[in-house]
Parts: sequence; C-alpha cells; structure tokens
Amino acid sequence: MVEKIKIENLNFWYGEKQILSKVDLNFSENKITALIGPSGCGKSTLLRCMNRMNDLITISKINGNILFNSKNIYNESIDVTELRKKIGMVFQKPNPFPMSIFENVAYGLRVQGIKEKKEIVKIVEESLKKADLWDEVKDRLNGSAFKLSGGQQQRLCIARALAINPEVILMDEPCSALDPIATAKIESLLKKLKNEMTIIIVTHNMHQAKRVSDYTAYLLNGNIIEFSETKSLFNNPKNKLTKEYINGEFG
Amino acid sequence: MVMKKDKIKEIIYINLLRISGFISLAILIFIISFIILKGIGVINLTFLTSIWTHNDITQGGIIQAIIGTIMLGIGVSIISIPLGVCTAIYLHEYASNNILTKSIKLSIRNLAGIPSVIYGLFGLAFFVLFLKLGGSVLSASLTLGCMTLPWIITSTEEALKAVPDSFREGSYALGATKWQTIKKNVLPNASGGIITGSILGVSRSLGETAPIIIVGATFFISYLSYSPLDKFMALPYHIFILATQHSSPYAQQYALGTALVLISVIFIMNLSAFIIRYKIRGKKEW
Repeated sequence: MVEKIKIENLNFWYGEKQILSKVDLNFSENKITALIGPSGCGKSTLLRCMNRMNDLITISKINGNILFNSKNIYNESIDVTELRKKIGMVFQKPNPFPMSIFENVAYGLRVQGIKEKKEIVKIVEESLKKADLWDEVKDRLNGSAFKLSGGQQQRLCIARALAINPEVILMDEPCSALDPIATAKIESLLKKLKNEMTIIIVTHNMHQAKRVSDYTAYLLNGNIIEFSETKSLFNNPKNKLTKEYINGEFG
Repeated sequence: MVMKKDKIKEIIYINLLRISGFISLAILIFIISFIILKGIGVINLTFLTSIWTHNDITQGGIIQAIIGTIMLGIGVSIISIPLGVCTAIYLHEYASNNILTKSIKLSIRNLAGIPSVIYGLFGLAFFVLFLKLGGSVLSASLTLGCMTLPWIITSTEEALKAVPDSFREGSYALGATKWQTIKKNVLPNASGGIITGSILGVSRSLGETAPIIIVGATFFISYLSYSPLDKFMALPYHIFILATQHSSPYAQQYALGTALVLISVIFIMNLSAFIIRYKIRGKKEW
C-alpha cells in the first residue's frame, strides 16, 4: 500500500486555542479515507492543513510534518500554488464562481497559463464527464453556474477540481448542503474517482463514511481516537469513545 | 388586553416611521422643484453655450464654468480613482491585518471627515505655492483629488468586502496566486461597487465650493481656456457669487439657473452610477 499523505505528530493552534494535538495519520493511494467526529473536533482544520489553506489565517500556528509523496509540504522550498494544483479541494457549501459553467471548469487551466482553446475545451468536457455532469449541462455550457441545482453545483466544483488533474482531492463535508438523491450521486462519483486519485473526505454523517470510505479516522477534541479500516471501525470499535459515538450515545 | 396594546404600539411606530419618510422626501422634492421652477426660465442655448458677459449678465452664458467643472471632473477622476482603487486593493487584500494597517484604515476614514476648506488650505500651501502650480485647474484637481481619495478608498474597500470569501478560497484551492485571484475573481465581482463609488465620490467633489476658491477658481475670465494651468470658472463658485455679490437685478435668477445646470451634471453622473450598479447587480446571483 502506497502512502500518499503521511501526517506525523501534527499540532495546530488557532490563536491560543489548540485545535489539533499530536495527530498521526496515513492516507493510502487510491483509497477513500473518511474523517468523522462531532462539530468542532478539528476534522475540517486537519483537512485544510493538507493543502495549506490554513496559511490564510494569520493567527494560526502549526508544527509537525505532513509528507506528500514523502516530501514535507511545510518545507520552505515548497511552492504552495503548485501543491494546491496537486491536492485539490471541494468545499462544504458549493462555491461555483459567478461565471459560466464552462469558465468555472476552465478557471484552473487558465490560472496555469494554458491558452490553447482546443485543449481547454477538451479538458473541460473530460472533467464534466468524470464528474457525471456532462449530460446535464452540455447544452448550456455558457449559462451561469448559479442556475444549477445545489447538487449540480457541487459536482461542478468537483469537475473544476478534476480539471487540473490532482493526485489527491480533499472534501470538506461535500454533501452537507445537499438532498439525499444529490448525495447518492456524489457518493457513487467518489467510488468511481478513487481509481484515479486519493480521496479524503470530512463528514459528520457516519452512514456516509460507512458507505463510501475504505478507512475511517475518528477525531475528538483534536485527537485521533481511532483509525482503522472502515468495516472494523464501525463493526468492532476498539476504543470506548468510538463505540459511544457510532452508537449515537454522544455527539 | 396585552394583544391590543401591542397592536396600538405597532400602528403608532409604523406611522412614525412612515411620516419621517414622507418629511424627508418632501424636503427633497421642495428643494429640487424650487430650483427647477425658479431656474428653468434663464436656461436656453445662449446661456449654456456662450461666454459669460460681466456687465449685462442676461446677454451671456456660463460655458466657461461648465467647461471648468467638466475639466475638474476629469482631473479629479484621473488623480483619485486609480490611486484610491489600488490603495484599497492593497489594504484589503494584501496588507496583513495588524495594528499598522488598522490605524491606516482608521486615519483614511478620518480623512474622509475633514472639512473641505482644510483641503483648500493644504492645496494652497502645497500645490499652489510650494509646487508653484499657481491657482489653476491642475491645483484644484489635485486638491479635490486628495479630498476624494478617502471616499474612493472606503467605497472600494466596501465593494471588496462584499465579495464572498468562498470565491477567494475556491480560487486559491485551484492553485491560483493572490494576484490571479484578485484579477480574475475578486475585481470582476467588485467592479460594480468600485465604479459606482468612484463616480459618486467625483460627483460629490464637483459640488464643492470652498476649496476651489482657495486654489484658483475665479468668478470671471473673459475667454474660454482649456489649459489645465490657467485659472478657471466653476459652477458652484459661480452660483455663490451670483447669489451673494452681484449687483444685477437678475442675479438671483441666474444663480438658480446655474444651480439647475450643476444639479443636472451631478444628477447625470449619479444616474449613470446607478445604472451601472443595476446592470452589474443584475448578473449577480449569490
């Protein structure tokens, strides 16, 4: 099993408050790993450490290592924009840009300096197909992305992330604003995508973690309580706290 | 019983608010219609296109003052809009949010509240005398530009603040740099507010009288000049002199006619700002 991302002894502070303490985790290539836990346990923060999105928060402090393809992403020689091209992200609330559907997907390509129209058109089509959105939008690629439904918007955001061909994709509760049908579509999409990339998904929906993920980590108050194969974590939790959480006795 | 008391209160307060609204509207309508009714009589093609005749004011027009105000408008725009917009982008998007930045922002807001005559004094000391630009359109544009700058910075900052952070995050997550994010994502979405704020700032400055008197506006020049280094006539100062200093029996009427022209110029600018905002707003759907 290839370790795509390896987190070693990670601590994270937001101002004075410690959000993550001594986190150790491995994320395997071509697998889906779910991060579960109650609100405020630090799972989104952990996710945002992996593409250095937390850099935007000036009062945050971090120590420990996050190795991506065996290189520490907090090393000074790392170019953050290059890193984010390899580690894509999908947010909790669908956040398409106020542009056409086509331009949303082309955005990342244009940012990379790709100018050739043919190539952009080709990649946009491929990405929308990969995100299972092509058939629904192929006749209105120049229409506003805001005219799409919530689920379609979220798949558009996935297509947008796929367009720049990332190795890892981070998902921050991608279905929390969606109805069950839209959620099911995204879940089946994730299972398909994992053949090509590594997926890390934060969810507060334990059933979702159970349905889609290969591995699950349970976080509580910034600590990893338990991390194992999804099946064994849900059927046979080793830690009492995990057991309480998945049985709904807490959180 | 309690229910009834609440309902009576509801009616009283709603009507109080309603009356306030009507009073404000009535004041505005009264002023505007007063100026229109009293001033419209003197407006004709000669008044709008001829050179001012000092001795018999009924024979001439106010073209120098109109041109002067338009030149000021262009000058103020060139000086204050690019500088103000760029400053606001730096302060809002780049500068780290520390005490220095906060105090700069605070002092810019305070600058916006300084009386215009003080800008006039500064303009006289710095542009007219120290830089030896003399009393001129250029000095007046620089002075009004300084005055307008904090308004434009503030309104641009508001426009940038109105762009949701989720757009910025989405852009960074795709590997965009800060500048790419600002250029491709933030500015297009803030442009409506930036343009509107800039036009409103410039149009507000064109109504100013005190600072331009100090830095080069005169009541009468006998020729029409387009040079930025000449003294100039301007609509607000023209109104002031006609209304208070001129001996002609028609002076009051011509002051109101000039006021109507000034109001129309400002109204056209504000209307275009409104239309631009409406058009750009129409496309937004977040």
